[in-house]
Amino acid sequence: MQTNFFRKIIFDEKSRSLLIQTLVIGLFALFIYLITQQTAYNLEKRGISSGFDFLHISAGYDISIRLIPFTSEDTHLRAYFVGLLNTLMIAVCGCFLATIIGFLVGIIRLSSNWLFRNIAYVYVEFTRNVPVLVQIILYYSILLNLPKIKQAIVIFDNFYLTNRGFFSPSPIFKDGFSIVAWSLVIAIIFAFFLKRFLKKKQEESGKQYPTFMINSAIIIFTPIIFYYIMGMPLEFDSPVLKGFNFKGGMVIRPEFLGMLFGLSIYTAAFISETVRSGIISVSKGQREASQALGLKSNFIMRLIIIPQALRVIIPPLTSQYLNLTKNSSLGIAIGYADLVHGFGGISLNQTGRAIEIMMMVMLTYLTISLTISFFMNLYNKSVQFKGNA
Amino acid sequence: MSSTTIEIISRSKYYNWLVKNLFSSWVNTILTVIALIFVYQVGSFFLNWAIFDADFRYNFQGELIIDRGFCSKNIMPGEYGACWAIIFARWNQFMYGLYPIEEAWRVNLIYALLPLAIIGILFDKIPFRRYFIYFTFIFPFLAYFMLYGGPGLSVVGTNKWGGLLVTLFLGVTGIGLAFPLSILLALGRRSKMPIIKSLCVVFIEFIRGVPLITLLFTANVMLPLFLPDGVNPDNLLRALVAVTLFQSAYMAEAIRGGLQAIPRGQVEAAQSLGLSYWQTTRKIVLPQALKIAIPPIVNTCIGLFKDTSLVLIIGLFDLLGIGRAALADMTWTKLYYEVYVFISLVFFIFCFGMSRYSLYLEKKLKTDNS
Repeated sequence: MQTNFFRKIIFDEKSRSLLIQTLVIGLFALFIYLITQQTAYNLEKRGISSGFDFLHISAGYDISIRLIPFTSEDTHLRAYFVGLLNTLMIAVCGCFLATIIGFLVGIIRLSSNWLFRNIAYVYVEFTRNVPVLVQIILYYSILLNLPKIKQAIVIFDNFYLTNRGFFSPSPIFKDGFSIVAWSLVIAIIFAFFLKRFLKKKQEESGKQYPTFMINSAIIIFTPIIFYYIMGMPLEFDSPVLKGFNFKGGMVIRPEFLGMLFGLSIYTAAFISETVRSGIISVSKGQREASQALGLKSNFIMRLIIIPQALRVIIPPLTSQYLNLTKNSSLGIAIGYADLVHGFGGISLNQTGRAIEIMMMVMLTYLTISLTISFFMNLYNKSVQFKGNA
Repeated sequence: MSSTTIEIISRSKYYNWLVKNLFSSWVNTILTVIALIFVYQVGSFFLNWAIFDADFRYNFQGELIIDRGFCSKNIMPGEYGACWAIIFARWNQFMYGLYPIEEAWRVNLIYALLPLAIIGILFDKIPFRRYFIYFTFIFPFLAYFMLYGGPGLSVVGTNKWGGLLVTLFLGVTGIGLAFPLSILLALGRRSKMPIIKSLCVVFIEFIRGVPLITLLFTANVMLPLFLPDGVNPDNLLRALVAVTLFQSAYMAEAIRGGLQAIPRGQVEAAQSLGLSYWQTTRKIVLPQALKIAIPPIVNTCIGLFKDTSLVLIIGLFDLLGIGRAALADMTWTKLYYEVYVFISLVFFIFCFGMSRYSLYLEKKLKTDNS
């Protein structure tokens, strides 16, 4: 009787898997229990209080790079949001620049010109085999070795490149500029519908319209016309050298530029590889067939090659965006005030709430990662084969 | 066909190659010229800076460079390039960190034996492969004994380790420890048991969703809080825990890709022969899956090797950390480019080597299967 019971547990697949899972979950619960007990004990012994009340006391440090106002009297919670915005800013700018460089390099790697494609190859091999952190620090030190403010490199009279950053005029919007901005939005919406309309007409009649030219003209000239109608409601405040620093204008700090260059140059190397393999994956017959139909070469690229290549490119591109976003946490090495540097670094040191803060930081990154994958998966679905269902 | 045409065709294959690859059309010719100018400018600038105008151990007056004041470029600004003397002066630190120099032979021995320990895994057609594999299993214990010390050897604490030693230690040990863990995770993720499966999924996706630096921070700050009083792992061990967990999640995904590529028929055939789950997994599924998964596994290893540079942020002195320490020294400060270019080169050699190996494997797999 008893042996039968054991036999059943060990040799019957269902009851065995139930037993194993019960054991695993039991061990896991025990593990969690022991760790929380130990942690609570350790925290009490070291006199570290816990809880999230620290979020509402003033942070007591300054953040130099910020998108929303922040002073040292503001709370840790606000420091969290400043850091989060900085993380998002570098991630978005980095992904944008990396995509552009990556697509360019990927296409150049397939060029028929031997020298061109090997320059791109050397670029890819050298940037993707050196840690991104080393690259960020290297580019940052190059930026810090630019001339001092007094000997700034002047570009187009109003732009200055110095070791304290890139100074440029800042726009001042006067009354009526919002109308110009709205006119641009409306022009884009109009152009979108016009494109659909003209495409429909082309499908009916077979006649081709210069849609791209018409729409570019609409989008470019509408705001310009409104700009003059409203009496030029935009002025620029140029940076002027006063004493030891520039007054007026705006500045892009070397920390931001170092991060931007490091992240995008590094990630672009990986993106270029996915672009290259995506384009290669489109079979040669596709190109030959479209040539036989008499399509022009830019139409072949736009209508035949790229839509098919995108199917292969999008999934690895998503993981590159995720990597770039996670790598943006390296800002701490050069003092770029992202989430990890400000909130995860200085706030943590000041309040000692390691568990709470690291939990918040990790969950934030997790949320960002999941959001990016969600939207990229949506986009991926929209470019996949349709109609096979 | 006139005689001149024949002459042109037969002129040489180099000529044909040039026409086809560089001067096939007007646009191509212009691009080639632009590219040539670009390569010449960048190449000559870099070579002049790094080699022809550079100091190595002695400056242009023939004096041994003992601090940055002796660098030719600091004596005659604008005339000279890099000053590699900082690398020579700090060579021991770059290689061993603060490891006592009279004991450095132990590190050198391990550096020399490391290739022997991994060659058996990397190539399957070398003579006496079986003995190399035995050595691979002995090597970790040997390395621990030689590096840390024990009976007969003085103990060198991990706080004295640094430079390439720390980089290689974290890279190799992290990969070695993560490998078995990642196989379990990958199998768990494909398991039919819902609890085990969900635990593995949550673990893998959590680790892959957060940056390594937050894991390093957590290990650094929170590990002591989680553990009882007597147990207090040192900094290097904490970093190793974080690196291993991180790598195991990424490696598990690579292995899962391999597992998915195994046709169901293989498992069903094994089951119908009466093999148990573990027998099927060990003898039928894993050998095939791992073979397919090796190139992506190597790619995650390259990623991990580069990511070991992050331990600088939690205060360990890996290659990059030693470089920054050298730059913080008043006698050598400001030689950024020399230090960072040198570090980049070291990483490049390792990572490029690994990526070449992964390419070689992919090619081999293709020919094996066809």
